[in-house]
Amino acid sequence: MAGITGKDAVLTEYANRLETLDAPKGRSLTQDAVRRLVRNKAAVLSVFVVGFIILFAFVGPYLLPWTYDKIDWNNIRQGPDFEAGHFAGTDQNGRDMLARIMQGTQMSLIVAGVATLVSVFIGVIYGAVAGYFGGKVDAVMMRFVDIMYALPYILFVIILVVIFGRNPVLLFVGIGCLEWLTMARIVRGQTLSIKEREFVEAAKAGGAKPWTIIMRHIVPNLTGPVVIYATLTVPEIILTESFLSYLGLGVQEPQTSLGTLISFGSPVAETLPWMLIGPAVVLVTLLLCLTYIGDGLRDALDPKDR
Amino acid sequence: MKQVLHVEDMSVTFALHNSEVHAVREMNFSLAQGETLAVVGESGSGKSQAFLAIMGLLAKNGRAGGRAMMEDINLIGMEPNQLDKHRGKDIAMIFQDPMTSLNPTLKIKTQLGEVLVKHRGFERDKAVQAATEMLERVGIPEPAKRANAYPHELSGGMRQRVMIAMALLCQPKILIADEPTTALDVTVQAQMLDLFKSLTEDFGTALVLITHDLGVVAGVADRMMVMYGGRAVEKGTTDDLFYDPHHPYTLGLLHSTPHIAKRAERLDPIQGLPPSLENLPKGCSFNPRCAFAFDRCLVERPPLAPTENGREKACHYEGPMAYGKVA
Amino acid sequence: MVGYVTRRVLSAIPIALIAVTACFFILRLAPGGPFDGERALPPTTLANLRAHYNLDLPLIQQYFIYVGRLLQGDFGPSMVYNDFTVAQMLWIGLPFTLMLGFSAFIIGTIVGLVAGALSAVNQNKWPDYVLVFLVMIGLVVPNFLMAAIMQLVFGVYLDWFPAGGWQNGSLAHLVLPITVLVLPHAGRTARLMRGSMIEVLGTNYVRTAKSKGLGQRLILARHAIKPALLPVVSYLGPGLSYLLTGSLVVEQVFALPGIGKYFISAALNRDYGLVLGTTILYMFIILAVNLLVDVIYAWLDPKVRYS
Repeated sequence: MAGITGKDAVLTEYANRLETLDAPKGRSLTQDAVRRLVRNKAAVLSVFVVGFIILFAFVGPYLLPWTYDKIDWNNIRQGPDFEAGHFAGTDQNGRDMLARIMQGTQMSLIVAGVATLVSVFIGVIYGAVAGYFGGKVDAVMMRFVDIMYALPYILFVIILVVIFGRNPVLLFVGIGCLEWLTMARIVRGQTLSIKEREFVEAAKAGGAKPWTIIMRHIVPNLTGPVVIYATLTVPEIILTESFLSYLGLGVQEPQTSLGTLISFGSPVAETLPWMLIGPAVVLVTLLLCLTYIGDGLRDALDPKDR
Repeated sequence: MKQVLHVEDMSVTFALHNSEVHAVREMNFSLAQGETLAVVGESGSGKSQAFLAIMGLLAKNGRAGGRAMMEDINLIGMEPNQLDKHRGKDIAMIFQDPMTSLNPTLKIKTQLGEVLVKHRGFERDKAVQAATEMLERVGIPEPAKRANAYPHELSGGMRQRVMIAMALLCQPKILIADEPTTALDVTVQAQMLDLFKSLTEDFGTALVLITHDLGVVAGVADRMMVMYGGRAVEKGTTDDLFYDPHHPYTLGLLHSTPHIAKRAERLDPIQGLPPSLENLPKGCSFNPRCAFAFDRCLVERPPLAPTENGREKACHYEGPMAYGKVA
Repeated sequence: MVGYVTRRVLSAIPIALIAVTACFFILRLAPGGPFDGERALPPTTLANLRAHYNLDLPLIQQYFIYVGRLLQGDFGPSMVYNDFTVAQMLWIGLPFTLMLGFSAFIIGTIVGLVAGALSAVNQNKWPDYVLVFLVMIGLVVPNFLMAAIMQLVFGVYLDWFPAGGWQNGSLAHLVLPITVLVLPHAGRTARLMRGSMIEVLGTNYVRTAKSKGLGQRLILARHAIKPALLPVVSYLGPGLSYLLTGSLVVEQVFALPGIGKYFISAALNRDYGLVLGTTILYMFIILAVNLLVDVIYAWLDPKVRYS
């Protein structure tokens, strides 16, 4: 789908395949996939690097002498200076860049987490309902998804900015609301095959209500594909967030995010290169690792596709 | 009879991660003009790989050795662009699955015509016209209309006829058919075999029929070569092998084939599974499944040796073989 | 084929209508408005302004007035830039944005297809490794960062190209912006093309083509390219959408006069007329391209035409 970043086509293709894949065949399939994933060196290394970045973002700030909004009047526009404790330099206002990068990474990760959860929540319920009831309900609900696909996503995001103003939390809940389309498609496809299975028949025969069947019997069986697809959505949302923040539509001062830092760093990169390099390295590394993890997961799930 | 293909000491190996698998070893046979040779064996016996090697169609990790002489040209190890002068013209191949062997995005006439354009230097229009005639020849109704169709608009049997037409366009000296009827309905299978027979006779084409189904072989083939574990284990005329098999494996195959005439008889399938090529049994590869195996079979691999009447077999056992004893 | 195209065109109309309706109501129902300035306007002025822009009418009536005008190509007035109508502003910026977007689209698609095909043909040899690495960079470096790097390296340090500005479309001024737009698009296209080409080269029908002695060039040109293009073509619609999105950033970074610039400032100023107009225009362009992509797809895959 045409995300703000043009939802990675490879990812969409993978989603299409997931839609047609048979319902999860129990634990052995998952164990198999995990074993293959562990053998994929790039993916395993990426998992460690992402783990390190998460620690860096959430634990790092406690280890630094400076906070992200503290101004050090003695060191304004300083390059990396170990004696003063500014390991990645300071910005034009004398704020410590390393602390800001940590806070920015934290913000990017939180936003990605929240938006992904929102998209999973909406997508799973929408897809499970469409798939479970089938027939006309399914046709109408999926037609709506098709129409949403055809619309330029970025414009919705910007309209959301207009609606919610510059409240980052609401904004990213809004982005989550737009990211659920592919998830809904995958879940619908899986639900179609799960609902034919014996335990669902048994629950129906026992007189369970549709809502109970969906929540108790269908949704728990969707875990595998949902987790995988959600993992693939995370870099997508990080990119969206940094893009909006770069345009000045996302996270606002004194709070910061990787996109905001890059947007402040790039005009002054000629004279204060550390202001661009630090956040850029973190963002690119994060996206690279998440992409490798996504690729690894995809290969692990579909081994013949190498 | 003039020989059109003479294969000597051919082998096929595949390189795996850190090992090598020998799919075909020490293969020798020759093929006379207009003759039909059946190559019979279970899946994994190397029968398809041997002929893919001759056509230069092995997978990337595959390597062929030995010689396959088509008159004075050795097809093994030939540069692809040299080989392309012969493939499709002097030697053609038909594959197992007609549903996926035609390009779904090109019209039938394009896929047929291009062979004549390439090998005979025909103009496009003339090539399409000749292709249409060939479609009629293989029994496709309304050939002009079908020529304009895409593969998905034709049935499986129809597509296999198209494949046959395509292979025969240049009236090749050799036609290799790899399980040509396996994917088809039983009723269509018989028609297809008749078609093979009559067309190869008309064109004087030598036919190699690769199959696991002895029912296919019976009415069509002049000679047979039975393969097991990458090696030929018995060779001879079809009649000899059918009525008086000398190798226990050939006997086993015959007993696994239902005979309509002998309806009352119980089927007697060969026990066990075909061996893994990576891990062939010591001695004779067939010994774990063989009812006649004795101590010598466990240690010494029998060579393929000539017996009477131009036949060859690779087996230590010399005694009589009775029904029901294979299992 | 004609029937198929007609059906596709007809099915695009309700989508366009729904999209226009959705955008209209979402924007109008949003809290806040273009006249919520720092300084409150006197009530009479505000009432006059609202009357001038028909904001005092019932919402549903405003909607029909808007759609009625839209059908005549009138996007209504801008609520912040008093001297221009939305149509005039779009008319100034649009040709540039389209020129930038489509040049990048065409170059990127061609580069991506060629790179992906080369990569597939040389699978697991050095050209493949080099290309896969470059593609990965195109994929993970966001365009705003790539723009900054390009400006710095080629604009400032090496000084090969101007780092920004427009100069009536001098080619040198366009090199960097187009490159920034091309890289990710080419990367994604190449990645898809490589995958689908590898798949196609392993199919039975390519083996059939080899067995006919057609030679590698003919096999690639006639038998492999067309089916390999299928998944790539279905990406082109989203791909263009992505490019136009990217052009928002590129226009901003390189100070170029496209509609992207208006769009962002309109969103920040809550200029409903302009946001709505730009959104609808983008949407029409993307719908039109999707339509074109569907037609190309049908041409490539004969099965689609009949379903």
